[in-house]
Amino acid sequence: MEIKILKNILGANDQIAAKNRELMAKHEVFAVNIMASPGAGKTSVVLQTIRALKNKTRIGVIEGDIASSIDAETVAKEGIPVVQINTGGECHLESFQIQNALNNLPLPDIDLMLIENVGNLVCPAEFSIGEDLKVLIASVPEGDDKPYKYPLMFNTVDAIVLNKIDLLPYVKFDVDGFTKTVKTINPKVELFKVSCTTEEGIQPWAKWLLARMKSK
Amino acid sequence: MHELSITQSMLEIVLKQAKKAKAKKVTKINLIIGEMTGVVSDSVQFYLDILTKDTIAEGAQVSLTPVPSQGKCRQCGQTFTLPEFDWTCPNCQGKIIDVISGKELFVESIEVE
Repeated sequence: MEIKILKNILGANDQIAAKNRELMAKHEVFAVNIMASPGAGKTSVVLQTIRALKNKTRIGVIEGDIASSIDAETVAKEGIPVVQINTGGECHLESFQIQNALNNLPLPDIDLMLIENVGNLVCPAEFSIGEDLKVLIASVPEGDDKPYKYPLMFNTVDAIVLNKIDLLPYVKFDVDGFTKTVKTINPKVELFKVSCTTEEGIQPWAKWLLARMKSK
Repeated sequence: MHELSITQSMLEIVLKQAKKAKAKKVTKINLIIGEMTGVVSDSVQFYLDILTKDTIAEGAQVSLTPVPSQGKCRQCGQTFTLPEFDWTCPNCQGKIIDVISGKELFVESIEVE
């Protein structure tokens, strides 16, 4: 006997994500899901964003990693509330993990929640965690051919931050070609070019993020 | 690797529906999977074999119906199958493309005894 079901496989994850979204909305928290491959500079962008915005808004951070708490310790030095999630082998954050993290953060004291996902360009794209904004950190040394290799990720995000532009003189990377490809795959996406080393481009990115947060 | 989470979520839906139908055994699970998700059938079956031990779905086979990645050109409205590289509209060479399918992740049906 065949039973028709037609149910979204990730429905359970989406339901908890909706609860996370509701909880954060209640506390007027704006959540940003930051995704990238390992080594693209997620933590560096988080740190630069904190430094650019910590006098303008109250920030909280959730760090997702397969193992270790190195990133959380680095962020904690900035004097802001942070929770580390270790996924224990899982390659992405899921909404139930964020739910637990939110219960351990002072939500009334946070306006902007930066959530650093596990380094991976495939799986995080599929799992909604209750964020208001999805951001991808790409980086110059990874090469300009990544959009067509990971179309779901590049298509899903609201903004792309191209990091390590200080390396452009040394690495073969076609910025115009990359920009065109990104706009084809994701017509609505905003693109920022930054260097966390020289701090070039950080201000326009931080300013845009703050404006998005305030327009919610 | 995302196949583990996806298989776990899928199995929860399957067991719930099978229980509702008072089924004694689940023999087949039919999935609809968008090509852009990169979900691999062999990998889902591998995790399913482990996760279904001592459940009524033990030994169930997964059957996957792929949904091709389709795009729609914003300029001329042409829909076309998205190639691996260069999503240029084959009709007007437009470069602004909206993805209209390929992200699906559904349990379509189950076969039970």
